[in-house]
Formats: sequence, C-alpha cells, structure tokens
Amino acid sequence: MANMCPYGRFTHAVVRGIPETFGKAAGDVRENGETSVELAKAQRQFGCLTGALRQKVGLQLIEIPPDPELPESWRIEDVAVIQGDTALITRPFKQQRRSEMEAVRRVVSELRLTVVEMGAEEGDTGGATLEGSDVLFTGREFFVGISSHTNHRGAEVLADTFRDFAVSTVPVCGGVRLRNICSMGGPDTIIISNSDGAKKTLRMMEQLTDHHYEVLTVPEDSAANCIYIKGPSKVDFLLHRPAEECPDSVSAFQKLQDYTLLPTACSEASKLGASLSSLCLLINRKHTHF
Amino acid sequence: MTTESGADSEAKQPQENKETEKGKAKAAAAAEPTSPQNQPEQLPAAAGHSTPARKEEQEHQEGDQVSHRSSTSRLSRSPLKGVKKTKIMECKVAMLDGSDFTINVEKRAKGQVLFDKICDHLNLLERDYFGITCRDVENQKNWLDPSKELKKQIRTGPWTFGFNVKFYPPDPSQLTEDITRYYLCLQLRDDVVSGRLPCSFATHTVLGSYTVQSELGDYDPEELGSDYISELRFAPNQTKELEEKVMELHKTYKGMTPAEAEIHFLENAKKLSMYGVDLHHAKDSEGVEIMLGVCSSGLLIYRDRLRINRFAWPKILKISYKRNNFYIKIRPGEFEQFESTIGFKLPNHRAAKRLWKVCVEHHTFFRLISPESQPKKFLSLGSKFRYSGRTQAQTRRASSMIIRPAPLFERSTSKRYNMSVSLDGAPIMENHETLMKDSAADGATKISTTGDIITMVTTEKKAEEEKAEQEDARMDETQEPTGTTPLGRDTKTDSEQTDFAFDGEMTATESDADDDSEMRTQDISPPEDMVKHQTNISELKRSFLETGENAPGLTEWEKRLSSSPVRSPREEAPMIEPLELQDTKDEQPAGEDPLEEVEPKATEAAGYLVKYVVDSIATDLATSSGPHGISLSTTMDDDVFMDGTRREVDEVLERSEMKVSPGAVRQEVSQAISDKKGTLIILKEADDKVDAEGKETRAAGDEEEPVVPEEAKAEESEMLSASKEKESISEDASVVVEAKTKMQSPKTEIKTDDMTQIKGTDSPKKAMASWLSEVVKSEVISESTKEVKQTKASDALQQEEEEIFTFEEVQTEQSKSSLSPITVSESSTTSLAVSTLGCVSSSEKGSAEPEGKMGVAMETKAAPAESTGPTGLDVVAVGTKEVPVVHTETKTITYESAEVDTNGDVDHGVLLSAQTITSETTSTTTTTHITKTVKGGISETRIEKRIVITGDTDIDHDQALAQAIKEAKEQHPDMSVTKVVVHKETEITPEEGED
Repeated sequence: MANMCPYGRFTHAVVRGIPETFGKAAGDVRENGETSVELAKAQRQFGCLTGALRQKVGLQLIEIPPDPELPESWRIEDVAVIQGDTALITRPFKQQRRSEMEAVRRVVSELRLTVVEMGAEEGDTGGATLEGSDVLFTGREFFVGISSHTNHRGAEVLADTFRDFAVSTVPVCGGVRLRNICSMGGPDTIIISNSDGAKKTLRMMEQLTDHHYEVLTVPEDSAANCIYIKGPSKVDFLLHRPAEECPDSVSAFQKLQDYTLLPTACSEASKLGASLSSLCLLINRKHTHF
Repeated sequence: MTTESGADSEAKQPQENKETEKGKAKAAAAAEPTSPQNQPEQLPAAAGHSTPARKEEQEHQEGDQVSHRSSTSRLSRSPLKGVKKTKIMECKVAMLDGSDFTINVEKRAKGQVLFDKICDHLNLLERDYFGITCRDVENQKNWLDPSKELKKQIRTGPWTFGFNVKFYPPDPSQLTEDITRYYLCLQLRDDVVSGRLPCSFATHTVLGSYTVQSELGDYDPEELGSDYISELRFAPNQTKELEEKVMELHKTYKGMTPAEAEIHFLENAKKLSMYGVDLHHAKDSEGVEIMLGVCSSGLLIYRDRLRINRFAWPKILKISYKRNNFYIKIRPGEFEQFESTIGFKLPNHRAAKRLWKVCVEHHTFFRLISPESQPKKFLSLGSKFRYSGRTQAQTRRASSMIIRPAPLFERSTSKRYNMSVSLDGAPIMENHETLMKDSAADGATKISTTGDIITMVTTEKKAEEEKAEQEDARMDETQEPTGTTPLGRDTKTDSEQTDFAFDGEMTATESDADDDSEMRTQDISPPEDMVKHQTNISELKRSFLETGENAPGLTEWEKRLSSSPVRSPREEAPMIEPLELQDTKDEQPAGEDPLEEVEPKATEAAGYLVKYVVDSIATDLATSSGPHGISLSTTMDDDVFMDGTRREVDEVLERSEMKVSPGAVRQEVSQAISDKKGTLIILKEADDKVDAEGKETRAAGDEEEPVVPEEAKAEESEMLSASKEKESISEDASVVVEAKTKMQSPKTEIKTDDMTQIKGTDSPKKAMASWLSEVVKSEVISESTKEVKQTKASDALQQEEEEIFTFEEVQTEQSKSSLSPITVSESSTTSLAVSTLGCVSSSEKGSAEPEGKMGVAMETKAAPAESTGPTGLDVVAVGTKEVPVVHTETKTITYESAEVDTNGDVDHGVLLSAQTITSETTSTTTTTHITKTVKGGISETRIEKRIVITGDTDIDHDQALAQAIKEAKEQHPDMSVTKVVVHKETEITPEEGED
C-alpha cells in the first residue's frame, strides 16, 4: 500500500528543546527513584542527539523551542504517532501534557502531513489514552503496548487511523513503556531487552505478527531503545546508548553489519524514564507508492 | 479481507471435488434431520481435513467404490437420489464486474457444474481461487459446495448466486494469467468499496488511481473530461478530495497498460492487513465481542479492530465446532507442556459451522500440498466435509502448465463501481468498521490477549502424539487404499477430525451433536465420533432400507469388516480368538514369538480373543471382585477415524455392556491408557507375524497390509481416546483403552490360566500385538465367520449362556453423540445411544459346540467358522438386516427381564471367553458380543447385540425392534432376552443447505 516501505526511511526529525523546568514535572523524580537530574547535562546530551541526526544522519531537523510551562514537552515522541503522511496527535495519559500537542500539530501541518486528532474527551474516544512511546511501528505493522499510559481505546484509535496496517496490542509489564524495552534496529530487526518482561512482550509480538523479524537481544533494558535511520545516503545509522551507559550491550550492536553506530548519551532523560527515541519524531516526507 | 459481518462468513466449501456421492448422501442425511444439537451440520462438514491429494484418491474411490464401498452404491440408491427428472433451473449469478449472468443448469446438478459453466463463460482457467456464494436464510453468505447438488444447498428462495474470490492469493504476481488478476482486482475493488477491506486515504488514492488506469487508460482530459473520475467508486466514503488525488496520480501513469495497472493495484492491496481476511463475529470465553479472521496464514483474533491474537496454521492442531462453539486446539508453545484448546462462541450453530468450514478450506488450500483425502468410509460418523479442490500449490503447478495465449477479455467499465452499490447489493458502508467496532464499545483494555480466551489445558496428548496418530492414520489411509480390502478403508473416521494430517498438525473436528462438554472435541474427538456415528447410521439406515435385509447386508458387512481393520479386529477378535485359540495354540505354541502368534490371522485373532476373555476375567476378578465380569471391554472409539471405527464403536459398546463392573472397566481404561503407546507399537509387529501364520484363507500379504493400517487406526483411536481421557468426554476413548488394556492383560494372564491362549504368555505388548492381529484377523474372521468358534474349554465350563443382544439403532446422523456415549457407557457411561437387547438365557448349554455357532448369518460366513471351532458355545448372531430401527432423539429405553444378568455383573464368574462380532449392512451395523463366564460351576453365556440402524427413511422402529428380538430369539432358542435397550437418535431438522 501506499505507505508501505521498509522501516527506516526518514527525511525529517522533529525535536523539542529541554526546558529549564526539566525534571520538575510532578512525580518525575519520585517516579524513577533517581536522585537528581542535571539540566545542563541534559541539554548537552540533547544537543548531541540533534547534532547527530542532522549532521551525521543528514535529516532535516525541526526544533521546537522549549516551553518552561511544559516540563515534559521534550518527550515529543509521546505526542504524535506518524506514519507515512499521516500524523495522529495522541492524547497523553497526563492531563497536564495535553497542551504539548499544539506546537507539534502546527509543525506536522506545516510538513503537510494529514493530521488526525484523537478527538474530544467525550464521545467515541472518551477515555482513550495513547502515547507514542507505547507504539512500535515496524514498517509493516504496529504494536501498541498496553501500559499505564496507553489503553485499549487509544490503540483502537490508532488502528482506525492507520488502517492499512495490522495493529496488535501487546502487554507491557512492570510499568515501563513499550519503547523502553524494544525498538527497531533495521527494516526487519527488533532490538529488545533481555528482561523477563521484555521477553514476554516479545513472545506476544512474535505470536501476533505475520512477518518475521530478526531479534537483537541486549542485556540492558536501557540499551534496547535505539534509533535506526536509513539515511538519504542509504547508510544504516543506529543511534544507541554509549558504552558508559550500557557497557554490556555495546558488543551486541557490533553485530549489525555495515552499520554506522552513533553512540548517543541519554543519561539524564533516562533518569526520567525516557530514552533516545523519546526525544524525536521521525518523518518521511518522500514516500512512494508500493 | 472479506468481512462479512458474522453472517457472511461462509461455509466455504470445497469447490471442485466431486466428492463421491457418499459425501452428498451424508450431507443430505445430515441435513435432513436437524437436531437441535447441530448434528446434522456436523455430519456434512465432518472432516475438513486437509489431507492432500485427495482428488485423485477420491476419483479412485469413486471408481473403486463398487468394491470398496458399498456405500456409494447405497447412496446412489438412496431415495434422495432416486428421482431423476431433469428439470432445468435458471441460475442468476452476480458476477464480479457487477453484471448478472443467467445460466441454466439441471436442477440436480452439482455445484461444480455451475462453477464450471461460469468459469467457462469468463474464460477463466485459474479457477481454484474462486467460488460460488449463495445467501442463506439469514442472508449470510455461504460457499457452495461443488460436490453437492445445488438444490440441496439452496434451501429456499431463488437460485441466485455470486461468483467471488474464495482464496486470496498472498502473492497475486504469481498468478499466471492477467485475466485471473483482473477478476481478483474486481473482487478487491468491491472489498474496498464495501469497506470489507479497510484502507487509509492514501491507499484509497493509490488503488483508485490504478483502477482508473486499468479501466479508462491514460489520463486524457479531452476525452475523459474533468469529472470522469466521479463516476467510479474507490472508497466507502468517497470524497472530492479523494477523487482529486486519484486524478493526480492517474496523470502520472501514462503508458501503463491495464494489466500493469492491475499488478500495481494488487501489489498494494495485498499488503493491507485485512487482505483476504474473512471475518466472523464471535465472542470469547468471557463474552467479549471479538472477530475471528480466517486468512491464508491462519486464524486472527480481533477485538475492536485491534489484533489481539493470532494462530498460524502450524500452531493449530485441530479445529472443531460443536453447536455454536468453535474450538481450536493449539500446539503447546516452546515453554508449555500442554496443548490448549480455545473456545469461541459464534452467534449460532450455522455460523460456527461456516467458520469451521472456512478454516478447513483455508488450511487445506494454503497450508497443504494437496487436499486431504476424504473419508472413504462408508460409515463415517463425522461430516465428511473437506476441501476437495486443488490447493494453492496444486493450482500453481497446474496453472504453470497453461500454454494458451493470453486471452483477450474486455475490461468493462465495471458497472458496480459506478454505482454506490456494491456487488453484494449491500449499501456501501464500511462493513469492516461496523464489524470491528460494534462490539467494542468500551474503553476497557484487555491487556492480555490470551486472557480473553478460554484456555483449557488438556493433559491428554501431546502434539507429537497426535502427529504420530495422524501419521498413523495417514499411513492407514494410504495403506488401506492399496490394501486389497476395500472394506477396511471405510473404517477410518478421519472425517470427523480434520486433522490437518498433512501438516500432521491440525485437526478439524466437527462436533455439533454433543451438548455436553464442549471440549470433548478436542483431542478425543468424541464429538466427531459421534458425528460420524450419525452419519454412519444414516447411511446404514439408508443402505438398510435399500438393500434387502438379508444377503446384501452381509456382503456389505463383510466388506466393511474386512476393509476396516481397526474396528473389526477389536470386536471380532474376541470372537475369533476363542475359536482359533485351539488352532493358535496348536500352532502357535510352538512358535513362541508373539509375532508369529499374531500372524495366524483368524486363528490367532481368535486366540487373542480368547485371551481377551480370560484376561478380562482375570482382571475383573482381580480388580473388581464383584462383577463376574467378564469385562470384555473391547470398545473402540475409532469411530472418529474411520467408518469402520464406527462399527468398532458399536462393538465397543457392546463390550462395555458386557463388562459387569464399571469400576473395573475404568481401571482397565486407565491401564489401557498407560499402555497405549506400547501396545500400539506392538501391534505393528504383530501384524508382520500374522502374515506368516495366517492360516486363514486370506493371503498373508493382504492381511498384513490391512493390519498395519488397522493398527495405526487403532492407535489413533486410542490416542484420541487417550486424549479424551476425561471420562465425560472420553467415554469412547476409555472404552478403547479398556479394550487395549484388556488385551494386554489377558495375554499375560491367559498364559497361566488358559492353555488356549497361546499368546497369553507374551508380555502385554504381545497382547497388544495379538490384539492388533486379532483386529486384522477379525476382519478376516468376519468374512469367514469364525465367530462361531469359541474355545472348547470354555464350553466345558460354561453351562449357561447369556446372550446379550444389543441393538443399537441410530438412524440419524446425530447418533454420533449418542453412540459414543453408548460404547463407553456401560462402565462409565454415558448414555448409550444404542439400544441394547440383552438376552440372557439361563438355559444351560451343555454342549459348547452347538451353542457356539452364532448366527452371524449376515456378515460372517458362518460355515467356515463353525467347522473350525465348533466347540465354542458362543454364538454371535449378527442380524444386521433385521435390525429394528428405532428413531430416537436420544431416547434410551431399557427393558429388562427379572432374570437379567445375574451373571453379568453380580457374579464373579470366571470369564471363559468373549467374542465380539460385528456385521454391517448398508443401513445396519450389528455388533454382537458374547461372553462366557463360569460362575460356581455354571457357565453362562451372555450375548449382547448392538444394532445400529441408520437411515433416512422412516422405519417402523417398533417393528424393527420386534423383528430384532424375534430374530434373536430364533437364533438362540434356548436363551432368553433379559434386556432390551433402545436408543433412538433422530435428527430433527435436516438442513440440506448447510452442507
């Protein structure tokens, strides 16, 4: 179908800067049991990420300025699910995050994507919550992690939006998000953590899919979240956590043949339960039919 | 994907097969009586097996039918078919391009005729992806079964049909001809426009643009005008924006040929997640609305448009339905120990059956190399439904042979797309959405997919075992055909379970009839058995009616017996054994090898039988002190597998009846279960040996071959039964098991006890082997009527003979359920559907010999038997012909005389011998079980006759019963009738259309 092409082709990345209120959102710290986050370090890491995306990978980067009123707005991945030329503006679980979407909506509209809203609080989609970090798009299908932040109704909206694709729901255990434990590492490759919960999720995914994926298992949970992009130059890029952050997993990435590995630090965002992919929305504005 | 709201799901039916008439007959039979339980439906649908290759075989069968199955002939005779008026009917077929095609066919024509005519009209060679649909009363789409007559599939209403794609090729580019792709495109366009195939705006655009290019050619504003596109339909809700986008794309396709445009269309369409998915409404175990989607790769479970589970064909071991429940048995996962069965509730029985059929067909078409052979057996209990058409693999191969120049065909501007009405005539709407959404109202999320589904864990069998069984079954099937004995083939009950034998993985079972435990169907396939029984019965009945009571019945019976190794061996074996025992002893004693012993077919069998008896006695005594029990529980549940099985079942029933103490039986069963595997193996060996000895007329070689299959069958049955072990469900199984166990135990015991039992010495395994051999032999015996022969030793001991005649009359197909219960039942029991005439004569039979001769008039050729083993008192009269037909829905009436079975249960007699003889006529199956026991110096002979009458026509049951009793009395003047059990199973409403 029109939007079917191998995973990884992106032309644009949308990011949102780290506000000074970083880590100040209600429940942020407690939630993760981390002591404290360093704003400056977080901003530095953010800069590295965006630099890699733009300069190494070669994407067009669109950066939305940070908004101190929205301490979690840098987790831009949650706010929209974009596939092909369609962007579904999600409805995050936290009420206070729902105003984050306005800027994002504006950007994707400018990119001439078809914007789909999840709808009003009431009515058909009432009660539906969906966050992008619970959605794994593999190029062939969607997996939606049913988590504390995403519910069945939210997944249903997603299925209704992206009708060409199978949308399967999988359980996510332990209060984490689907993308915390897995990500795409190539057109047919899923990188997944070695934890029991992740294995359970993976089994469900394997059960539900019509396709065959290669699975790259990494020993550390945080290493499972990577960003794979097939750049304009047809090079396979993989942004992954550096050895300092995930010492045991780096060797696993070496197995990927002919990849350009881009170690990208993300320790501060990670303390807040986020990861590399949380920081950007990837878009392909050049899609072709079949 | 084709989604028709639950309703549309179709019972897709095999297209091409010309399945033998039998199938039809069965179907018809099934259809007729509609029992509340769905049995009728089951019958027809019986086995969706996916075993490949069947066409040829079928054809073969057809050709051979005369020899193999009398059934065919019977069927043809059946009243249903009798009428031959060539009445021409006008059929109106909605074609894929939206036009109506009117064609005349004979009223009695089969679906294939119409299908061929349509395809000829379309100039279509790659036909196997297509099918004919018709709407049932509920306006649900059903796939026409090409092997069945049209008129039987159209219950009411006008003869209107639809020509549609039935199997969506996963890769349309592999289709050979453009014309085929063209029709596939037409179907998909309708799927899209109707909403059955949901897609995004972008996809609508792309598909629409290729449609335009295909139909109108290059974009040409001068010729086409600016609004040309709004005449076409691309989407359920077509907007101006969509049309503009389509036009934009259309402009870029200049120079693209229609065929190329269609290829592009298909390349995009095939990637849609709902491409080729046939949706059915259902509820999970918790009552949550879901959709079941059948597609080329397996079964998909949706809830609110979300895929919550998926079962690829290789994961599915068996599919079945019972009433409005649909079950799939899942192969245990990597870390799971047990198989699980998942049940879904369909809106009604028809929907369940439709879904089942679709699954069977899709599995066969996409998963197998060649279709499963259809049940050949005359008497199969289950529905014989299978996909008989070519599989995808076959059709690809065939189409690669197409050498004609690409046919010219006109791509008419499809009428239907111009209008907002889809082919189906349904208003355009997004069916899919409706389907998917209606159910899902609430936001409640189910996190665990599996959770939604009821998972039953059955410890019973492991997949491997099943595989083994299936394989065995296959072996049997294959062997059987080759085997000299046509009859034997009938035995297999595969029909019920569609095991996707080819994969070795899957089994489709139809079990409508069973009310009880739904789960029964699973491994055990009891329901299936039931179904088969019913079918058999109906067939029997029909044949019975058709054929004269006497001679014909015998022949058929014989044939069947001979043909069905499994069944006959078990039942007959006992009978034979006693007679042969002597022989065997004489002969075999020398040869210690169990195998050798086995070899003597008839004789050995007899010997085994004897052993059997002895063993049983021993067991009974040992285990259950009370009952004399000669518990010859040699029941078989093979029904499921084979038609022949059916007989076995009956026999089993009888045997079970014979058994005095239920408790003992159960024990035995359990033992049997434990022993099963070992026994099975043994059996095979035994077969080999059998050949060598084979005293009896039959050529050793022949025997051997049959034996093996039989064994396999037996094994399968056992396996099945084993799986069923659950008592409730597994009655049949238990019976089988019992039989086996008994067999085994007897051997050992026998050695010590009776000299007659030569084989007894060997380990249980030998016993098993012997048993198997017996089975084989039994077939032989049945032919030769060895029944009469029973051990002389027994004679001495036995003064009193009790004859128990069990008349099982199952007219309707529904009987299946009833039958299975019956068999098992005596001990464990379920209601025995069969009527049992128990004649217990306390009269002393001083001389063993005279008594021994059973009037096995019909089936068995008594003469030889008598000559050989006159000594045996046991006489088994199998009066199949006479069988009283009692139609019962499930009535069981027991008449007992006061005298009754003193012998049977109460006394702890010593079991001298036990025989089971089975005879079959077209409409009747008679199983006679003779048990001799010695109680306190008095020998008692007990004869149980079980007669199953199957037929479509009305039979005066009372008269039949009276006749049966009368005959029984005549045959055994010195015996008295102590018990008569009449079990009626009637199919209430046959629904022809459904089949």
